[in-house]
Amino acid sequence: MIHVLPSIIDGLLIGFVYGVAAMGLTLIWGVMRVINLGHGATMALGMFCTYFLFSDLALNPYLGMVAVVVLSLLFGFLIYGVALQRVIQSGYLSTLLATFAVNMIIIGIGTAVFTTSPRNIDFSAGSITLGPVILQGTRLLAALAAVVITGALYLFLYFTRPGKAIRAVSDNRAAAELMGIPSSHVLALAFGLGTMLAAVAGGLTSTFFPFTILSGATYQLKSFVICVLGGLGNPLGALVGGLFLGALEGIVPTFMPVSWVPVVEFVLFVLVLVVKPTGLLGAK
Amino acid sequence: MRRLGLGLTYLALVGLFLGFTALPNPALAAEKTVTLGFTASQTGKLNVEAIRQINGLNLWIEQVNKAGGIKLPDGTVLKMAAKFYDDESNKDRVQELYTRLINTDKADFLISPYSSGLADAAAVVAQQNKRIMITAGASSDSTHFKGFSLVYMTYTPASLYLAGAVDLLAKLAPEAKKIAIIHEKDKFSTDSVNGLRKYAEGKGYQVVMFEGYDSGTTDFAPFINKIPAGVDAVMGGGHFADTTTLTRQLYEKKVQTKMIALLVAPPEPKFAELGEACISVVGSSQWEPVAKYSPEAAKAEGVEWFGPTVADFVKEYQAKYGKEEPSYHSAGGYAAGLILQKAIEKAGSIDTEKVKAALDDEDMYTFYGRIKFDTTPKAHGLQLGHQMIIIQWQKDKQGKPEKVAVYPPAAATGQAMVCPVR
Repeated sequence: MIHVLPSIIDGLLIGFVYGVAAMGLTLIWGVMRVINLGHGATMALGMFCTYFLFSDLALNPYLGMVAVVVLSLLFGFLIYGVALQRVIQSGYLSTLLATFAVNMIIIGIGTAVFTTSPRNIDFSAGSITLGPVILQGTRLLAALAAVVITGALYLFLYFTRPGKAIRAVSDNRAAAELMGIPSSHVLALAFGLGTMLAAVAGGLTSTFFPFTILSGATYQLKSFVICVLGGLGNPLGALVGGLFLGALEGIVPTFMPVSWVPVVEFVLFVLVLVVKPTGLLGAK
Repeated sequence: MRRLGLGLTYLALVGLFLGFTALPNPALAAEKTVTLGFTASQTGKLNVEAIRQINGLNLWIEQVNKAGGIKLPDGTVLKMAAKFYDDESNKDRVQELYTRLINTDKADFLISPYSSGLADAAAVVAQQNKRIMITAGASSDSTHFKGFSLVYMTYTPASLYLAGAVDLLAKLAPEAKKIAIIHEKDKFSTDSVNGLRKYAEGKGYQVVMFEGYDSGTTDFAPFINKIPAGVDAVMGGGHFADTTTLTRQLYEKKVQTKMIALLVAPPEPKFAELGEACISVVGSSQWEPVAKYSPEAAKAEGVEWFGPTVADFVKEYQAKYGKEEPSYHSAGGYAAGLILQKAIEKAGSIDTEKVKAALDDEDMYTFYGRIKFDTTPKAHGLQLGHQMIIIQWQKDKQGKPEKVAVYPPAAATGQAMVCPVR
């Protein structure tokens, strides 16, 4: 049983990163009512961006994250302008298909350019020993970065004008427009932020796990589970859901074969949908 | 008198003619072309390894023909000719094409495609049509447990991939007792670790952990956390991506053990990119250019040497294919040719039964290592002589990772080390 504690802590550290990815998805849903199927592919782009900054420009992956933030924000604006702006009023199916198309385009180009050979960022941040627990430096730094990003997002949403505008559009788009808030700009900003969170989560993941252009699909699925666990549209719920899922992934393999992890995750997903569809912290 | 003189002259001329024809004369010797049939995965997921294998085989064909072919005792000179098709890395295509190679192209001998799966598909066709096939790039044991009598293996079987690591552990740390095995759950890795477990337990080791992970797993922390304290060796792994991640996480989690021995990834040059995490990690390879197999070492073991030396093979390969160092796939392709050449020379014929008998008797050292086959009906053709080369990553004088062959002694270029304290 001595290995359970280290496994829970390892899982929780990854859970922070899962939480950031899910926050991106839930933010886009909460503000725009768009199910972003390009989320996983964006995460993969974040991984590649961090990888090339590290391998070609020898940039520390955590410093590289600043560039990932800027580039992914711009990329989010681009996707919104090209693929979503015209169909945002056409209902869930149109936006779902539009984001699915974006996903296919990214994966198609990514496969042709990067191939599907696994890549690895050869960066080690050592490890810290705390009694029976040995914490890997990369996971610890990723968790810290995730906390910083969550804090920054909170401050942005609650204490800045654009952040307040996002919340206003999320609460009542028509009323927000009547108050003079340019909803189209706000939606673009929300999509940009969601894309940025996905890319940053991908970048942080790439510091400890190998990846290909297809790796995002797994994390996208996890993000959906987390969003439902925490409550759709609730960023704090996403973080809590991420931690919960991470801990679960740490604990389950200590008692049963690792192939049972997705079974447990999706049973939980269905149970939450049946018993408490608004999620553990309630949907917004 | 004149008649007598003419008669004597006539007799002398006849005698001279008969004398000339009775002497072996290379210029007049019969030349026969032997067709070697095979498929090469020139496209599809196996194309890189398959092309390397074919490069090795083609080099052997070129060298045999350049040296005047294989000379049989009756004076016949055999020249080698390759007949091959692209199998697209597809099992169904393999069976179709090997049938064509035998029936339409009249191939005398067959060489397998690369990979266990494709070689297994081709072996069925070879056996059904009574053609000898040398499997050049396949390590699955199961192909040889199907009752085939004409299929001969070049590679060390998968079940023995890490057997050398167990032997090395016994030498390096005689007090070692406990082994933890963490492995990918695909066919190759499972076959390998099942063989490893049997071998290790047979040598008196206790396997204290035996856990499989799904292909594509990236987080090994739950497995690493389960490794019991006081384990003497961590073994297993799977393919390149998962094994490198496992290695890195073992390092970051400061796992204390005397040996880490993993499948597939360690011999790859890219493994060095792990830096400090790869130091002391042991891996097994079918062959390495640094191997020190030599006619002298073979003589010391009382086994015959056949073919070029390691240095000559590497030099000739690079002369033909540019600066790329030959991989074990290339060496396997060349070695498959050598196996056949030796058997044909010994049989003095290309008759299937005679060559089969010679192959059954074959026991030799080559640049690729020792070659000897199982001849029991239960596992006929299984490779018994060839040993995996155990390599270890150590630090060179500049402190950079350097690959060193450490086992078996016939191939070793350096001394093995136990894992440093992490």
